[in-house]
Amino acid sequence: MAAAQVVRSEWTKIRSVASTVWTLSLAVVVTIALGMLISALSRSEFDGMSARDRLSFDPTFISFAGMSLGQLAMVVFGVLVVSNEYSTGMIRASLAAVPQRGTFLFGKLAVATALALVVSLATSFAAFFLGQAMLGEHRASLGDDGVLRAVIGGGLYMTLIAVFSMGVATMLRSPMLSLGVLVPFFFLISSILGYVEATKEVGRFLPDQAGSRIMQVVPPVGDDTPYGPWGGLGIMVLWVIAALLGGYVLLKRRDA
Amino acid sequence: MIELEGLTKRYGEKVAVNNLTFTVRPGIVTGFLGPNGAGKSTTMRMVLGLDRPTAGDVRIDGRRYDQLKDPLKYIGALLEAKAWHGGRSAYNHLLCLAQSNGIPTTRVREVLDTVGLTAVAKKKTKGFSMGMGQRLGIAAALLGDPRILMFDEPVNGLDPEGIHWIRTLMKSLAAQGRTVFVSSHLMSEMALTADHLVVIGQGRLLADTSMADFIERNSRSYVRIRSPQRERLLDVLHRAGITAVESGNGALEVDGGKAEHIGELAARHQLVLHELSPQQASLEEAFMRLTAESVEYHAHSDAPVPRQQWGDDWKRS
Repeated sequence: MAAAQVVRSEWTKIRSVASTVWTLSLAVVVTIALGMLISALSRSEFDGMSARDRLSFDPTFISFAGMSLGQLAMVVFGVLVVSNEYSTGMIRASLAAVPQRGTFLFGKLAVATALALVVSLATSFAAFFLGQAMLGEHRASLGDDGVLRAVIGGGLYMTLIAVFSMGVATMLRSPMLSLGVLVPFFFLISSILGYVEATKEVGRFLPDQAGSRIMQVVPPVGDDTPYGPWGGLGIMVLWVIAALLGGYVLLKRRDA
Repeated sequence: MIELEGLTKRYGEKVAVNNLTFTVRPGIVTGFLGPNGAGKSTTMRMVLGLDRPTAGDVRIDGRRYDQLKDPLKYIGALLEAKAWHGGRSAYNHLLCLAQSNGIPTTRVREVLDTVGLTAVAKKKTKGFSMGMGQRLGIAAALLGDPRILMFDEPVNGLDPEGIHWIRTLMKSLAAQGRTVFVSSHLMSEMALTADHLVVIGQGRLLADTSMADFIERNSRSYVRIRSPQRERLLDVLHRAGITAVESGNGALEVDGGKAEHIGELAARHQLVLHELSPQQASLEEAFMRLTAESVEYHAHSDAPVPRQQWGDDWKRS
């Protein structure tokens, strides 16, 4: 009952601010457009590739290349959904209206997650089909082994990126601080750890690297990743749960 | 009814609210008076469950705030700081609050009408003036048609017409039997609206009294006298058993309304008077004396100050 009221209220909130529309549109456009571009480039480069590269050529994963940038828009979406409450002072009105802070937080997260999921799944399918169209004769089809899992997985991955950001923003409250932590985390730290041999083992367990495993259909040659597609997504889910728990505990304790 | 019981809030070493115990009763406007930084807003945030008390508690109609089902139907509040998203329209701001408490959508239009924001209901609130912002905050407070209303510095930023409107609104809400709790740092504002007065300074309760009582105790009257023959006059007054104190600028002050008596006395002794005027101390002065005292207590001792009957203070000083 009370939860249903909070969900209705949060839906009104999320649909009545401009940031929802522009962050999500940006995520959709960037992910699809960049995926198409890289797919088209990969097609023209295929003939010049080594045999080893051709062996690990993964048309499905290539069409999701735009997510590396598109996910940042999802990060911004996740951060703003939560931290807008703090930066505008709305949090005081919100918590006075819904003093059960757990109900408030999870009602908000439920609405934002559901919206992110719908947008992410649509984006993932669109990126796949349009990317494959660009790949021409090298394309994969949805019926191929593991492809449907990768496409749905791509939608789940983008959603989880948004939810993770919501958890972090709940802990940090400030939009600038949250973005200042999350953007370098996904853009720099994760890639640096992943490329340096010594830290690769650690980097593999970061949320984005573990989670993106689900979008791979053809693993690279000599791949020694210690988890499978769902295992990787599971690791990402653990990160998300940790961020949400941290946010919940802090929200419960803190003065608004 | 709002009941505070030993309410205390500490931020590290600093005590923002210190052991406040009082009750805000229905049917009247209760003024919550204190200088800036006295702890009024912190107290109000604790009433709403936004800030957690270090000790003590607050009951709204006998219940803790987070035990209220649909709290906006029990208590509506206008907080001092702005509490809405500037990118959202006034209508949507009120709509999301209404939905969270199961309040019908039609009520949103009603309160917008009450506060006079219907014409700008669809506009983003970031373009609102301070006065419009106050009206939006008041609309949010009225949304659940609550029996208890709490306003933190409601006249801030309002134009004279708006100030008149909010005063009338508060009085009519109280006349309907509702509990109205309103904070201010201006005694003159309280004198116009409040029936009952709670005064705090440095987080401590300084007075909890009816407005009428406060005025009666503090409408100190005295006589100001100016004379070129000051020394002789003092002598004459002293012999007549009248205590006069210097008030600066060479003037003398005598408590009470004895202007005629002093005039006759001066005539009998052939003293020249340049001024002999009955004066009334303002409530603002009384308020400042009261709160200044709390600052002094704070500086000199950490021992708990016994709650004092207010009104004794000025006689002592």
